[in-house]
Amino acid sequence: MATVEIKNVRKSYGPVEAIKGIDIAIQDGEFLVLLGPSGCGKSTLLRMVAGLESITGGQVVIGGRVVNDLEPKDRDIAMVFQNYALYPHMSVFDNMAYGLKIRGVDKAEIESRVAKAAEILELGRFLTRRPSQLSGGQRQRVAMGRAIVREPAAFLFDEPLSNLDAKLRTQMRIEIKRLQDRLGITSLYVTHDQVEAMTLADRVLVMNHGVAEQIGTPLEVYQRPASLFVAGFIGSPPMNVLDAVIDPSGQGVMMPGGALLPLARPRPNDANRPVKLGIRPEHLAINEDGLDTSPVLVELVEALGADTVVYGRLPDGEPLLIRMSGLPSCTEGDRLAVAPQPGALHLFDTATGRRLED
Amino acid sequence: MQRRVIFDNKLLPYLLLAPQVAVTLIFFIWPASQAVWQSVHIQDAFGLRSEFVWFENFTAILSDPNYVGTLRITAVFSLSVAVLSMAVALLLAALADAKIKGAAVYKTLLIWPYALAPAVAAVLWMFIFNPEIGSLGRLLNAMGYNWDYRLNGDQALTMVILAASWKQVSYNFIFFLAGLQAIPRSVLEAANIDGAGPVRRFWTITFPLLSPTTFFLLVVDMVYAFCETFGTIHALTHGGPGKATETLIFRVYQDGVVNNDLGASSAQSVLLMVILIVLTTIQFRFVERKVHYS
Repeated sequence: MATVEIKNVRKSYGPVEAIKGIDIAIQDGEFLVLLGPSGCGKSTLLRMVAGLESITGGQVVIGGRVVNDLEPKDRDIAMVFQNYALYPHMSVFDNMAYGLKIRGVDKAEIESRVAKAAEILELGRFLTRRPSQLSGGQRQRVAMGRAIVREPAAFLFDEPLSNLDAKLRTQMRIEIKRLQDRLGITSLYVTHDQVEAMTLADRVLVMNHGVAEQIGTPLEVYQRPASLFVAGFIGSPPMNVLDAVIDPSGQGVMMPGGALLPLARPRPNDANRPVKLGIRPEHLAINEDGLDTSPVLVELVEALGADTVVYGRLPDGEPLLIRMSGLPSCTEGDRLAVAPQPGALHLFDTATGRRLED
Repeated sequence: MQRRVIFDNKLLPYLLLAPQVAVTLIFFIWPASQAVWQSVHIQDAFGLRSEFVWFENFTAILSDPNYVGTLRITAVFSLSVAVLSMAVALLLAALADAKIKGAAVYKTLLIWPYALAPAVAAVLWMFIFNPEIGSLGRLLNAMGYNWDYRLNGDQALTMVILAASWKQVSYNFIFFLAGLQAIPRSVLEAANIDGAGPVRRFWTITFPLLSPTTFFLLVVDMVYAFCETFGTIHALTHGGPGKATETLIFRVYQDGVVNNDLGASSAQSVLLMVILIVLTTIQFRFVERKVHYS
């Protein structure tokens, strides 16, 4: 067990800078999720921590030791790969025992550790099988077993659930969470799936184009997205983003259609400033208190059972998503008066896309 | 569900098969049965009469002490060629698989020897090993080593082994490289993280995962060494000096074409065929067990 520090880490491929200086210190036992769209550099960052990619600049420190120039095998880490990367010619037992054998652990100890891991992961029956005789979920568990028998300083997960079907993914997600809670090993987990990030992480690092957009707990990232990118990436359906202007008094924001939404905290210094206004679909409700809001034309209604997603359009043509709990109470062609819940407005700078703090 | 092609025309499937069947009949079944037929006959020197002699040709060959020597040479030659060409090809393929500059050029150059006719290749080797005009041959003699493959049987055998292996390296290289590239990168990375250094990774992960390729090449290379090296040996040493480089296939030619003893030559062909069938069967029965097919 150990801390993992990533200090101003950079990665360039020729003139292209893929990782533009990431800084984060992961606490002992913390579960950090690297979240971002494909190509954002999250896997590269993980592979640099693992030692599978060279580090162009900065430092990776594992357990107080700078590991930049160490081989993966000397970094005391274990990694779970997207395609499992099991040794196809070895039994499940040998797959898990491989790393221990190399490290010269004695036979009895290997057997007890593998047996323990197999018990935790419910793999006891499969120890003599080859990976090809296992299902996807079982293979994934073997890959995790191989990681946990080593009792490494840190676990690295590279999109471990991407190859599983939706149901199994949910199940394995919970297993990973339980396992990490139980073992308390520092973990870095790469994913593009926001649900995995929200459910597994102690903290999330949201990446885009090789830059850390935001580092925070899942709820911080959801409630106070630091940028338009984070706002759009976290949350499903995504946040509505509208062009708006702070009204001259700084008390509210003026919507394109002319409606005025009150701000929780007035911004007199920003009077008349154009902003990007973010409102989550789930924070919009049908207006019942007679507030002056724009009527929304309902174009499409998706009834999901527990929720209803309404695809609407504002008078000026801007699309607006509304998520309501329960069954639909409107149909296509209706006009709805909707208003955001108080305090649910997010303001972003039009040029930089960064959040305007309250 | 199995998909089946339904032909309306009853004749068409046979027509489509005909060329392949014809090739097999004309170029394999016919000559092979001729060989079997001839192997139980003795012809006179002018080929006018032939007499059925049961297995006399076979008993004559098997009791010939020279034939045992030929068998021994063939065994040494074939095993050496198979092992040497595979080892060198595997080494080169492993290097080519690593990220190196100019890998494409390197790969192309390595494939060239395969495109060379055996006789041409043999001339190249002569230019290297000939004691008077060969670059290496002259160098060896200048250094005081008594090199002349035309007089020294062991040297001659070494040279034909080198030449025959060299030609097969290209073929093996292509297969090994394809095999290496089929090994998922992440499996090797996992082994690296598990603590295995490059040498250990190679022997515990790469090599076992290559075993289908290695096994296939072992079979192919043995057949190559037994049957297809005639041109190389013929051009380099003519089986000599003495019988130092006379392999089974070379003796088949020697007895049949040069000495005109068709019966003996045919009997040897049949024996060679039997030896190859037995060898291949043994390989499939015993070596293939250790092969892991994913």
